[in-house]
Amino acid sequence: MTAQTVTRSEENAPISKVLVIGAGIAGMQAALDVANAGYSVLLVDRLPSIGGHMAQLSETFPTLDCAQCILTPRTVEVGHHDNIQLMTYSEVESVEGKLGNFRVVVRRDPAYVDWDVCTGCGACTEKCPKRVISAQFEVSMGRRKAIYTLSPQAVPNKPVIDVGNCIWFQRGKCRVCEKVCPTGAINYDQEAYTLEERVGAIIVATGYDLYPVVNLGEYGGDQVPDVIDGLAFERLLSSSGPTAGKVRRPSDGKEPKEVVFVQCAGSRDPELHMPYCSKICCMYTAKHAMLYKHRVHDGQAYVFYIDIRSAGKRYEEFVQRAMEEDDTLYLRGKVSKIFRDGDKTVVWGTDTLIGQNIEIAADLVVLATAMVPRLEGKLVAQMLDLPTDENGWILPAEDNIQPVETRWPGIFLAGAASGPKDIPETVAQASGAAGKVLSLFARWGREQEREGQLQTSPEAERLAYA
Amino acid sequence: MKIPYFPGCTLSTTARGFDNAVRASAMTLGVELVELPEWNCCGATFPLLVDNAIDLIGPAEVLYKASQEGQQLATACTTCYNVVKRTNRTLKEDGDMLDKVNYFLEHDSDYEGSVEVLDVVQILRDEVGWDEVREAVKKPLDGLKVAAYYGCMVVRPPDEVAYDDPDDPTSLDDMLSALGGQRVAWPHKTECCGAYLAVKSPEVTREMSYAVLSSAIRNGAELIVANCPLCQFNLDRQQQTMSQRYAGYEPIPVLYYAQLLGLALGLDGSGYDLDKTTVDARPLLGRVGLL
Amino acid sequence: MRVKLSRASIKNDLVRKIEEISGQDLLACYQCGKCSAGCPAAFAMDMLPSQVIRYAQLGMVDKVLQSDTPWFCAACQTCYARCPKGVDLARIMEAVREIILQENGDHVTVDDIPPAELAEFPQQLFIGGFRKYTA
Repeated sequence: MTAQTVTRSEENAPISKVLVIGAGIAGMQAALDVANAGYSVLLVDRLPSIGGHMAQLSETFPTLDCAQCILTPRTVEVGHHDNIQLMTYSEVESVEGKLGNFRVVVRRDPAYVDWDVCTGCGACTEKCPKRVISAQFEVSMGRRKAIYTLSPQAVPNKPVIDVGNCIWFQRGKCRVCEKVCPTGAINYDQEAYTLEERVGAIIVATGYDLYPVVNLGEYGGDQVPDVIDGLAFERLLSSSGPTAGKVRRPSDGKEPKEVVFVQCAGSRDPELHMPYCSKICCMYTAKHAMLYKHRVHDGQAYVFYIDIRSAGKRYEEFVQRAMEEDDTLYLRGKVSKIFRDGDKTVVWGTDTLIGQNIEIAADLVVLATAMVPRLEGKLVAQMLDLPTDENGWILPAEDNIQPVETRWPGIFLAGAASGPKDIPETVAQASGAAGKVLSLFARWGREQEREGQLQTSPEAERLAYA
Repeated sequence: MKIPYFPGCTLSTTARGFDNAVRASAMTLGVELVELPEWNCCGATFPLLVDNAIDLIGPAEVLYKASQEGQQLATACTTCYNVVKRTNRTLKEDGDMLDKVNYFLEHDSDYEGSVEVLDVVQILRDEVGWDEVREAVKKPLDGLKVAAYYGCMVVRPPDEVAYDDPDDPTSLDDMLSALGGQRVAWPHKTECCGAYLAVKSPEVTREMSYAVLSSAIRNGAELIVANCPLCQFNLDRQQQTMSQRYAGYEPIPVLYYAQLLGLALGLDGSGYDLDKTTVDARPLLGRVGLL
Repeated sequence: MRVKLSRASIKNDLVRKIEEISGQDLLACYQCGKCSAGCPAAFAMDMLPSQVIRYAQLGMVDKVLQSDTPWFCAACQTCYARCPKGVDLARIMEAVREIILQENGDHVTVDDIPPAELAEFPQQLFIGGFRKYTA
């Protein structure tokens, strides 16, 4: 227990405030748990609004809950919570100190919109003349404006200006957003600012990204328009997405009738890509096949797989539903090549069970690409001097029984920052990390109480040492 | 620049046209391919058994001879390129094998792995550059749609031989662009033509070649260029019986990139053996003013 | 008929030989089939390239020795280039060919080739073919 002891002087009395880095579902859950216990939270996210990748999802497995429906109550709660100091469009620049007393500097990038004055009416976004592909949120399946919020349900629902695509910043013309803003919130001269804060504990919840399709040369790299990854397909399925939930293939907008799903695209591939299994793809591919069939009744879904990993409560039943209820044809074999032929996308796979090669002229191909650690997560790990494994995932103190603790007292992990995992496991870890933090805060509180009593009466002193 | 050159047996006989075209066009671009004073056959396939020292002797001898002339070795036949380059790497990585091979070679000095093996296309790309090639063009290809066929030998295994993207190589396409040709994007540019299978199973080679040919045709190619005598032979020769197997099959000429390069650079094409192919390319070449 | 497996049947001498001369670990292959899916000659084969490994993993090398698959392999290296486990199937196929050749003799002789072809065809076709098809 001595490792957790903190020196007792007024200047560095431990601070019962936590910094949560990352406001995806892991960061939000951890923040809410701590905030609801009555303590202060500084929640920082790189993006303009919170929710992480889960905000991009259409439905979640195995329940097929609408992702927005289960996420929005949390995002709204986070946005309004008295105990949560939310800083989005921000990054942690430096961290010094130790358990109980971390000095943190957070940089808030210029949004060029004064969020204190902005009401989120959306007039600027509506009138902005510059449309660009939304590479981030819509995974290039849709467009946004140069002044934008990530989604209609964004929290905070305040826009930022993409300087690289803004006509004013690039060519000195336009400024339409300024003209139409009813509260005068647009400020092209806004600057970044930094905030220094002191916290007693840190939770790293920096999440994951997907392995870039461009790295899969034999699947066309980025060159074949109708080959997309799982998050892009989520956007096509999402009713608040770029196609309003209608499944349309990117090349010509036609409804695809033959859709091929390719599992293990970049995972389980120690020779050429990522050696590990990304854990969630078997489940979300079954989900994709089901949701596709629910929308395109005369469509056919094919899934090329090596194994099916559907462990846990109701997961196996979920995959079997995809096969039985939605006629998904599961083909046991890996795909070797995908290429364009006319307006079709040809898939060369195999079925090891009958020992025959398979060719499918697909309308759309969805690659279940490997989960990889976020680049920003690796930078945060460096900043906090946290070890990462050979694939970049942040290492917990011990994989088996200390999954949310790190080598440093007071710094905890939650969610995909430490490895591929699904939403239930992420939320459980987030609450676990919050629990560790609350345990610290509670103990510090009791210690401070005792010290307070120590200074008041000999009776208290006797009690303190009892 | 001068660079030691290993033509290989096929380029010295049935594929003489390729050899003549490659030497002449490289020379025009300032690259003198200096044939090794003595050389032997590379063996035409890289021996894949880890204890097969005997089949490494041939290519190792070529490397030894090359090391007596300089530090680089150019090849135009991509099968030679593949065999000699993979041999080089095996010898550099396996000290025991290197000793064994040197023992057999019985030279006064040992081969140490000092030679760098290069493909002529790679040399033209890196030492001359396509911009300079473009400037040297006298008879542009006039928008001719040429499908560049890379075959297997310059792309696989990628970490051993590839000097270009193994799934979507562009060096030949870039060359053809510089010559004024129109690029053809097609998915079979690195699919195997059938190689030596014709020795016993010509009908299998025909199927494999058909997959390549029909893909090029389907994607708009008027002409295909290859970088390996066996590929050029298979793709060209198999068309002789193609319409028996595939009714309505329309032939497409298959040449070596070097023949096109030479003609585009204004060389007269003598010795290119353009009259020796199964599918005659000359009418097409005449139409675009190359002949 | 059930295939009876035991320690002796799985790790028999032929399996060991294949691993030794190919330098490959057969059990590194997790039978994903990507090699087969990309093999340009698989259409002609009586068993898929990945099945050659599978039978060897089960110790059933005889099955492989009777197959025509190794003779349709063109050593194009597509299998090896794409294998997620780095298994060099081209080398394994060569090992199988070598074992068959040493057992049964040459798969092709010069007499099999029509003289006209010998004269016309590029010699690398014959050199390569004979390298692969003779002991």
